[in-house]
Amino acid sequence: MPRRNDLKSILIIGSGPIVIGQACEFDYSGVQACKALKADGYKVILVNSNPATIMTDPELADRTYLEPIDPDFVEKIIERERPDAVLPTLGGQTALNCAVALWDKGVFQKYKVEMIGARAEVIKKAEDREQFKEAMQKIGLGVPKSGEAHNYREAVGVVERIGFPVIIRPGFTLGGAGGGVAYNIDEFEVIANRGLEASPISEILIEESVIGWKEYEMEVMRDLNDNAVIICSIENFDPMGVHTGDSITVAPAQTLTDREYQIMRDASLAVIREIGVATGGSNIQFAVNPGDGRLVVIEMNPRVSRSSALASKATGFPIAKIAAKLAVGYTLDEIPNDITRKTPACFEPTLDYCVVKIPRFTFEKFPGADPVLTTAMKSVGETMSIGRTFKEALQKGLRSLEIKVSGLDDLARPPARDELERQLRFPGASRIFYVKHALQVGLSLDQIYGLTGIDRWFLSNIKELVDFENKLKACRAKKIPTELLRQAKVMGFSDPQLAKFWGMKEGEVFRLRKERKVMPEFKLVDTCAAEFEAFTPYYYSTYS
Amino acid sequence: MKAILALEDGTIFEGRSFGAAGEKTGEVVFNTSMTGYQEVLTDPSYAGQIVAMTYPLIGNYGINPDDFESAKPHLSGFAVREASRTVSNWRAGMSLGDFLKKQRIIGIEGIDTRALALHIRSAGAMKGIISTKDLDKESLIKKAKASPGLVGRDLVKKVTCQKTYEWNRQGKYRVVLLDCGAKYNIMRELAARDCRVWVVPARTTAKEILALKPDGVVLSNGPGDPAAVTYVVETVRQLIGKVPLFGICLGHQMLGLALGGETFKLKFGHRGANHPVMDLRTRKVEITTQNHGFCVELGALDQQQVELTHLNLNDGTLEGLRHKKYPAFSVQYHPEASAGPHDSKYLFAEFIREMANAKKK
Repeated sequence: MPRRNDLKSILIIGSGPIVIGQACEFDYSGVQACKALKADGYKVILVNSNPATIMTDPELADRTYLEPIDPDFVEKIIERERPDAVLPTLGGQTALNCAVALWDKGVFQKYKVEMIGARAEVIKKAEDREQFKEAMQKIGLGVPKSGEAHNYREAVGVVERIGFPVIIRPGFTLGGAGGGVAYNIDEFEVIANRGLEASPISEILIEESVIGWKEYEMEVMRDLNDNAVIICSIENFDPMGVHTGDSITVAPAQTLTDREYQIMRDASLAVIREIGVATGGSNIQFAVNPGDGRLVVIEMNPRVSRSSALASKATGFPIAKIAAKLAVGYTLDEIPNDITRKTPACFEPTLDYCVVKIPRFTFEKFPGADPVLTTAMKSVGETMSIGRTFKEALQKGLRSLEIKVSGLDDLARPPARDELERQLRFPGASRIFYVKHALQVGLSLDQIYGLTGIDRWFLSNIKELVDFENKLKACRAKKIPTELLRQAKVMGFSDPQLAKFWGMKEGEVFRLRKERKVMPEFKLVDTCAAEFEAFTPYYYSTYS
Repeated sequence: MKAILALEDGTIFEGRSFGAAGEKTGEVVFNTSMTGYQEVLTDPSYAGQIVAMTYPLIGNYGINPDDFESAKPHLSGFAVREASRTVSNWRAGMSLGDFLKKQRIIGIEGIDTRALALHIRSAGAMKGIISTKDLDKESLIKKAKASPGLVGRDLVKKVTCQKTYEWNRQGKYRVVLLDCGAKYNIMRELAARDCRVWVVPARTTAKEILALKPDGVVLSNGPGDPAAVTYVVETVRQLIGKVPLFGICLGHQMLGLALGGETFKLKFGHRGANHPVMDLRTRKVEITTQNHGFCVELGALDQQQVELTHLNLNDGTLEGLRHKKYPAFSVQYHPEASAGPHDSKYLFAEFIREMANAKKK
């Protein structure tokens, strides 16, 4: 299907100020979209109140409004500019909410502005808890079990069906006040009764808790011809219970067999089709029971998301750019892959490296904030690193955080045993360093798994780092075998880390490496694991 | 223990052994799928090949009892960047390394698999040798050069079943599967669609196949050079028009040859789970699993007789064909997936429809 010629001008809604949970990733996607649409000859009208963004630079859009992303202001812009279409899926939740509000007000209808990317009813279907749940059940996908109760007796009936732990949410209270998680009947009795009392209509929703389950995300793209592809799978290091934005995440998924991966792929394609996102990218989150593999759908974002920015960088597939082109009628097979040029964008990127994203916290700037990580996002930034192994990528990502570590370093102050267990059980900003400490003081993988729910594959990789570090420390500076030095670099140890182990200066380690010819090489992010020639790839350093 | 992978052109990869000890030659190829190493290992189409996985972390979820594509691995060797020290999955049984040892497959890890893939991409798939006992490079290169390679070799006879067996005992449609090295998932997909499946050896004649009174015949995937398997081509030629035919991978090449086409060897083949294929009838794209080193020549087919149905969007090679008069069609890729996406399962439904139509007549 070719480009749509009936559209001349398109309004892009940006994401406004940078807040926790919505940062420069939406600038990145907005810039891609502005460039793609302009290059294709469309008049681009942009609204974004944040002048610090690149997308608001004068040359990027034809008309740029630095106005609040608020239905009233955007309506005035529409009245003045009369765009043919609005693309609301690139400016995060802010843009999406604004677009839905404008639809509900009848503004788009009044000025004959077409919503491209996702229509209002699609957005609602994806975002409304009940509608989404119904849609998932219609296509045979699991969602966390749940039930309503109006008195304690009913509540017990529900919990008997679901099993512990459960999340209790009182109906019609602000911010879920009076709810909580119950792990046993005693806790349940207290929380359920409190919730029933707190709810003005004496109603509570009891939902199966998937805290501790494995968490995955899939980035999906779909075009008007119903071609749909997976761009990237992401596996969370931290299990369910920690917001994805606050989790260490890894791409691609590491611990799924092909059979399980394909079940998730099928489910993702079924979700995007059932919800009805006609063009563009969506992000779908899943939880998997580590004991039996049961899969449930948690939620879907019918838009470019924080994870799409990560997936774009992780795979070399420019999700926002392609999403913009799909929104104006192109199909995936008509768009070339920017990196290989000869092959189409209608494919699924394959990686020959491992990508790790690590959140950055600044709890010191928020003295009142509870530093325990929960389902509300608290990180203010993140690092992304690429390595040929998880170990290498993890250490690279950690030292990029600018928290004065040069990799998976030791804790500055060793905690007492009960403090250690507390830090493992209740995830905080430094949990990964406590995991290392736990391994150093001899906790088993199973014990740490029991406390953290972090998959044993990740824990085992960290154990390999700990064991290798001991091996490195046991080595005398004067007699370091070249093979050991090389292996240390392969596992992502930095020169400052090695210098510390061997009582040397960083420069001395560097000189030693130079002497022994243990130097990094640069490999390509090329979307295709070297199968095709890459013309515009980007590079990462690694050792082999 | 040290292990070496040597290529016939003198390229050497030194790594560590993580499977069985020994020495074996084969054609060195790479697979770009990020999941599904267990299916790759047990896919009989890899007979005679040393397979390198481009995804660097392999073995993470171990080996489980359900995901086998045949009774045992048939490949000559397995090369990875890093074999996982641990297995983590609720279905996991043994580790990848233990499995390779048990099945006496040589595995090498710690080599730069990307450099290997780049080399094969530019120089083409080539003969190689993987060894843990002879670490003399010159000697290994010599042995690699002297090895037989794939071209002109009938590897089907090594992997086909010895005698006819029934995959299942019930089903509305009687299907004979001509086993050139079939993946189990072809049988599973047929059985799931109400087919009763007889699996017959590759040497079974058309007459013997028709004696089973099939509603349809599936020509399976398999290893090696299609042009060397002349007896299957002859069988297929005799079956065209007599019974609905569905060819998969090598089976597609067999049908192509039986229809008067030619096959040629691709420079380094298609092996992975992300190849876009367009169904030319609907213009829709499916993401497919591929594993083939040979290909049916587009131009060599008589287009009066044969409709070209599917095309690879990466390199424009032929991916599917259909006889214009008789119910016979085939695809170069793997609708049974395993490992890989399920986008192409509709082809099994098409085959069922062909059988239903033929039954009505």
